[in-house]
Amino acid sequence: MDVQLRILRFDPERDDLAHWEEYAVPAEPSDRVLDLLHHVKWYQDGTLTFRRSCAHGVCGSDAMLINGRNRLACEYLVKDAGRAISVEPVPGSQVIKDLLVDLEGFWDKYRSVMPYLVNDEVPEDGKERRQSPDERERFDDTSKCILCGACTTACPSFWANPDYVGPAAIVNAHRFIFDSRDHATEERLEIMADADGVWRCRTIFNCVEACPRGINITRAIMEVTRQIEIRRP
Amino acid sequence: MSLVRQGDRSRPRPRTHDLDAVVVGAGGAGLYAALELKRDLGPEARIGVISKLYPTRSHTGAAQGGVCAALGNTEEDNWEWHWFDTVKGGDYLVDQDAAEVMCHDAVETVINLEHLGLPFNRTPEGLIDQRRFGGHTRNFGEGPVRRACYAADRTGHHILQTLYEQCIRHDVLFYDEYQVLDLAMPAGADGRVNGVIALQLSSGEVHSFRAKAVLFATGGFGKIFKVTSNAHTLTGDGVAIAYRRGLPLEDMEFFQFHPTGMYKLGFLLSEAMRGEGGFLVNGKGERFMERYAPTMKDLASRDVVSRSIYQEIAAGRGIDGKDFVHLDVRHLGAKVLNEKLPDMSGFIRTYFGIEPLTDLVPIQPTAHYAMGGIPTDIDGRVLADESGRLVPGFFAAGECACVSVHGANRLGTNSLLDILVFGRRAGIAMAEEVRRAHTPEPDTAAEASVTAALDELLARTEGERPAVIREELQETMFTKCGVYRSSALLMQAWGEVDDLRVRAQQLVVQDKGKRYNTDLGEALELLFLLDCAEALVASAVARTESRGAHAREDYPDRDDVNWLKHTFAFRWSDGAPPRLAYRPATITRFEPKPRTY
Repeated sequence: MDVQLRILRFDPERDDLAHWEEYAVPAEPSDRVLDLLHHVKWYQDGTLTFRRSCAHGVCGSDAMLINGRNRLACEYLVKDAGRAISVEPVPGSQVIKDLLVDLEGFWDKYRSVMPYLVNDEVPEDGKERRQSPDERERFDDTSKCILCGACTTACPSFWANPDYVGPAAIVNAHRFIFDSRDHATEERLEIMADADGVWRCRTIFNCVEACPRGINITRAIMEVTRQIEIRRP
Repeated sequence: MSLVRQGDRSRPRPRTHDLDAVVVGAGGAGLYAALELKRDLGPEARIGVISKLYPTRSHTGAAQGGVCAALGNTEEDNWEWHWFDTVKGGDYLVDQDAAEVMCHDAVETVINLEHLGLPFNRTPEGLIDQRRFGGHTRNFGEGPVRRACYAADRTGHHILQTLYEQCIRHDVLFYDEYQVLDLAMPAGADGRVNGVIALQLSSGEVHSFRAKAVLFATGGFGKIFKVTSNAHTLTGDGVAIAYRRGLPLEDMEFFQFHPTGMYKLGFLLSEAMRGEGGFLVNGKGERFMERYAPTMKDLASRDVVSRSIYQEIAAGRGIDGKDFVHLDVRHLGAKVLNEKLPDMSGFIRTYFGIEPLTDLVPIQPTAHYAMGGIPTDIDGRVLADESGRLVPGFFAAGECACVSVHGANRLGTNSLLDILVFGRRAGIAMAEEVRRAHTPEPDTAAEASVTAALDELLARTEGERPAVIREELQETMFTKCGVYRSSALLMQAWGEVDDLRVRAQQLVVQDKGKRYNTDLGEALELLFLLDCAEALVASAVARTESRGAHAREDYPDRDDVNWLKHTFAFRWSDGAPPRLAYRPATITRFEPKPRTY
């Protein structure tokens, strides 16, 4: 069968404006949207541009707006997407070329939350630090994040205020705030309490819907918010 | 309005970056090396990591089941047992001095990862939890042992994230989305490596990175095969660049096929699914691994299990007589599947639309891992030839390198261990080199030739598209250079790869723009793949024995008298077959024995 694929194209080296182009692509129900994009790129139009790598939902390269929702192109199958599929770059982001957007701001925000364990004390016996299965479980959900950006670029609060640190960065702050081994909780919470931190979240849940890893992002944001409130004098 | 006109390709002189050390590739090996360099040389040191992806996209992140170290946290274990398993798993082609270092250092390295923040699963006592994996045994082969340290089935994801996080913390410089195209070697194959030349993907500009030490940690080249677990970006860039520069590639004929790839898709279903108790069944519902490996059964080494699957299929015992068998994990129960193997269960549900708790999972062997690559010593220093002469300033680690700790077949979990132990050791050795070396000379000839090659490729308007040639290459390599090989198949493959190399001289790129020209990127990657395929086929044709992953139907036995040695393949000249040389395998403790599981 053929699928009608509509792709929002824009190459500033050639185009004045973004425009839709349509492609008929042969497909099986089990094909991924990424397979369709590759078919266009390899056999119809080599200028079509997008990021991708692992092609099975673990590297986070190919987040895009497919049929009106942020998803990974490699995790969305034709049998679910239907025979008329629209693909656009993720919203709220500067388009560099076709489906490829500028992610520099996204990474800057990620780096701003101290996304690393701070604890240079090593047990005297030279072995691993102890952590109970329950303590490990406490941040399991947020440790799954693959930094694909689907959540942040789906967030209306981020669209309204691009300075908002965004759900992905908060998820990565949560991962360390709730790690029993970490020593920088206070500093991280201070960053989160900034005007462009967690307070911008309006619990719209777009992030939860967009997350390909099934992370309950809104809950994580609320847990961080609660930690800030607990510490308020 | 268009700011850059199409066809305007006048190129300025390459932008240069002066660094102390350059790491190419941001997977586990590259990031650990960068971290060690920074720790060793201090905060002022300029350590750059160049990657054609964002670092968190690296394929280390796709590794699933675990990383082995004889911690003995859940049952008795001993790093010497791990050493033996590694040597035996590699069908005795392993350099035993290197494997000794790896298995011994494993314990300290895994502990260090925990200190860096890696969220391992824990035992009730709070120690790092461990589970079983293929080919890992207690007391020199008596039975399976719990040695794989893991974080659910996302161990690689957490290794990649943890190392990237600490690199951010320690101000490693990242050059994201640069595709490295050549080494700076101003004095040629006999001189120093002084840096690399790379294409900045966002601008289409050529950049020159100058450094006192260069590490290639560029990963594998699984994309030469049609069915593979490898990412689209695993195209052997670093391996091919070294080869083009006249440096040898070691043991390229040994390519691992992982038994449990998802049917037709090729993605991996972790060996941990069998480690946790899953098993394979054929079309008659038989647990056939009991016949091939009476002791280890489904946890025999990967080459053994993949061959067993092929034999079942060849005997007409595939599912419905077809080219796949089933993985049965139904009995593991919801708790194990959802808590210890959540991603695997998710893959099965997403891509097959079936339920692992109630359905059998179709699997086939998938091209997974290159045992061979750029030869190095145990500190990542690259060898210039089979005598062991070193290339000053040049290091390699991870899948692109060959130490050799995997010999003819790698054990599960030993790839993560390899990148960690030898990435780290390379970083330490590089720091020493940086302290010693002088300011590097530029390689203006290489800069000019990279620029000219890009211009030529972009200027061509007629010829073949990269995808067409790549597909033919992948079909050839998968069907003629796969799990089972023979002289006839290999000679066919050789001829076909040669033809494809000729045709690839006329590749046409449709995208003529500068910014993120991924069409150009794919053409360049295809040329790398073809170089890797050439070295692989030539090395495989010459090796007239069966050992580990290299199984010859016309030479079914291992031949220790003639072949207990590593292949070194050199590019002779364009169009001529590679020159092959050999270097004896290092045997220190374990004499070669017949290999049964």
